[in-house]
Amino acid sequence: MSIEKKEFKPKIVAFCCNWCSYAGADLAGSSRLSYPADVKIIRVPCSCRVNPMFILRAFEKGADGVIMCGCHPGDCHYSTGNYYARRRMTLLFSMLDYIGVENGRTRVEWVSAAEGVKFSDTMNSFVEKIYSLGENVRLGDLRCRS
Amino acid sequence: MQRIGVFVCHCGSNIAATVDVAKVAEMALMEPGVVHAEDYQYMCSEAGQAKIADAIHEKNLSGIVVCSCSPRMHEATFRKAAERAGLNPYMVEIANIREHCSWIHKDMEEATKKAVILMRAAVAKVNLNTPLKPGESRVTKRALIIGGGIAGIQTALDIADAGYEVDIVEKTPSIGGRMSQLDKTFPTLDCSACILTPKMVEASAHEKINIYTYSEVEKVSGFVGDFTVDIRKKARSVDMDKCTGCGVCQEKCPSKKAPSEFNRGLNTRSAIYTPFAQAIPNVPVIDREACIKFKTGKCGICSKVCQAGAIDYEQKDEIITEKYGAIVVATGFDTINLDKYDEYAYSQSKDVITSLELERVMNAAGPTHGHLERLSDGKAPKEMVFIQCVGSRCSDDRGKPYCSKICCMYTAKHAMLIRDKYPDVNVTVFYIDVRTPGKNFDEFYRRAVEQYGVNYIKGQVGKVIPQPNGKLLVQGSDLLDNKQILKEADMVVLATAIEPNPDVRKIATMLTASIDTNNFLTEAHAKLRPVESPTAGIFLSGVCQGPKDIPETVAQAGAAAVKAIGLLAKDKLMTNPCTAHSDELLCNGCSTCENVCPYGAITYEDKEVNDHGIREVRRLAVVNSALCQGCGACTVACPSGAMDLQGFSNRQIIAEVDAICR
Repeated sequence: MSIEKKEFKPKIVAFCCNWCSYAGADLAGSSRLSYPADVKIIRVPCSCRVNPMFILRAFEKGADGVIMCGCHPGDCHYSTGNYYARRRMTLLFSMLDYIGVENGRTRVEWVSAAEGVKFSDTMNSFVEKIYSLGENVRLGDLRCRS
Repeated sequence: MQRIGVFVCHCGSNIAATVDVAKVAEMALMEPGVVHAEDYQYMCSEAGQAKIADAIHEKNLSGIVVCSCSPRMHEATFRKAAERAGLNPYMVEIANIREHCSWIHKDMEEATKKAVILMRAAVAKVNLNTPLKPGESRVTKRALIIGGGIAGIQTALDIADAGYEVDIVEKTPSIGGRMSQLDKTFPTLDCSACILTPKMVEASAHEKINIYTYSEVEKVSGFVGDFTVDIRKKARSVDMDKCTGCGVCQEKCPSKKAPSEFNRGLNTRSAIYTPFAQAIPNVPVIDREACIKFKTGKCGICSKVCQAGAIDYEQKDEIITEKYGAIVVATGFDTINLDKYDEYAYSQSKDVITSLELERVMNAAGPTHGHLERLSDGKAPKEMVFIQCVGSRCSDDRGKPYCSKICCMYTAKHAMLIRDKYPDVNVTVFYIDVRTPGKNFDEFYRRAVEQYGVNYIKGQVGKVIPQPNGKLLVQGSDLLDNKQILKEADMVVLATAIEPNPDVRKIATMLTASIDTNNFLTEAHAKLRPVESPTAGIFLSGVCQGPKDIPETVAQAGAAAVKAIGLLAKDKLMTNPCTAHSDELLCNGCSTCENVCPYGAITYEDKEVNDHGIREVRRLAVVNSALCQGCGACTVACPSGAMDLQGFSNRQIIAEVDAICR
């Protein structure tokens, strides 16, 4: 009997706010600054739109890492949204760490519309971290596993 | 169940070279709700849009997904195309398979897989989309210009000439800005004041323009078409209506030790002052830090000599609240602080000056009355050295990574003017590159070299060492001849990098306008919308957006004015229908959402609800959709999950998450 080891391809969800980070991702794209295809971006109006439930859902459905990007503190298009997001995520990430989803699997990063380089650098380092952590099994819905 | 059409764009080879578009279309047909899928060369073309319209009609589609470039690029195009074909424009979703996929991945298999997943997420979302209808909001037909330099003045004049009211808010006591400090302008060598002051006079005399000098923007609220702005009119200590501008107070003022901002601190001014002779308004202000009356309570000479009785020591700051439809930022620039460039001895020797200081030295109204002389001993220089790129194109954090753009040209101008007026002065310029693109610019630079014999040396200066004999030893390198150069100079001029006005970050925060790491304001699109901020109703004029010379600034100022006029000419604006709404059966009236809303869009009303047959009156959150900007802060804060955001609902985002993690 042989044990077949599947190559690990992580599932990474990136929430990006429409005004800064999504535009930063667009700039990374038009500047051809590559990062691994494992990252899939979901556009939200503001980082404060990211409900902790979305992140829990992603891990439950088998995501190996979730990153949230927003405007730099003080530069939020809606003035204060990213402050709420920052506080929420700080709490959520510490709770996730407590229940076994390591801190390395979650990240908050501020990327402006002009920071294409920062966007691609951030994604590269985040994906590298997820590869080093391996598959996320802690929160995954067992029924989703193949 | 929705009937969804998926349209996959090749974007020429931009997408098709790395993504198997036919495969994406094929996979789309396997998604729930998808009844039509096709790929085409250019979806945004007329033919591509016609394909979408045909499919909407033929297949009776209720929603569409376009797999193409970023929604920031063509979402509006496809929404309009859908609307023309009779579909609600908010039933359109974009899967960004260009910027977020084909352009950043090289492996076709991997990129195709990702494109399929992005398509799936968009299909999953559009399955839950509902038709939305935008509301309407009014437009206040008045514009605010922040900054009264040439950019602000030109924008104000152009908007006012179109018949709209304009207010200019200027921080300093006079409009005119940096251009008023310049002596001559390239490439024509026009006298700067001679071409600027007529514009200043025109602005101040214009019946549609109102100028607030010595004033600052304090608070901004509202949104496009309906901004409310608090302007702080700082206490001038002089009554604007009474003052005749005779200037006696400035003459008699005994406190004359304050450094003159206008002359870059090279000489002093009185405590009561107008920054320069042609200042507009020609009404002085009292610098309370320097005034003896304010410091000791004794003096009051200006009040005694003022025939008009205009001096008012009791004057206080005043806050004015105004409404505007459009706001133009024209905050301009300053030169960088040279503390980190000590090797050029700027702080050690008075004879090392910046180029802007040289403008003042060469100006007839400047500290030396226009005579070129050393500021240390007043002697005429024989050897002058210009150092280019001081703080520009800098790879470390001492300076700025960008090219300041104007320095090569103004240095050529300075060199030429000096050689013209003082033919016995030798001028040497150390440069990294000479960058003179622009109409008649390179011709101008070549004149400096060929006709005026300015000595250009390709190489950087390592150090400037003040000598005991008062001269300056310049250590540099000549890269073309590959040798070290030691040169004794009488004066050294530093082409200091320019940076956005330090106040601009504060202003950008108030306006919620994007700003980049160098503090330049970000434009809505780098190429196609260069004078608009991504924040609707905010326009950019002049150097606040990026380094510019005067002709470019004036051109951009006009462009910003046209964009603002286009907005002010409308009577009503369509508002974004992606707003929050509350589920009356879930809301428990706790006020959490009200507290996090930055727009005051949520209020509470007592409403009768029918909760599974039980009729009762409850205190419920009500969203004013005209005020709601759709950030979604309330949706996450709501503890009972009653708040949701149209267009980005919980179910829609979760559907996207599920599709990605499938």
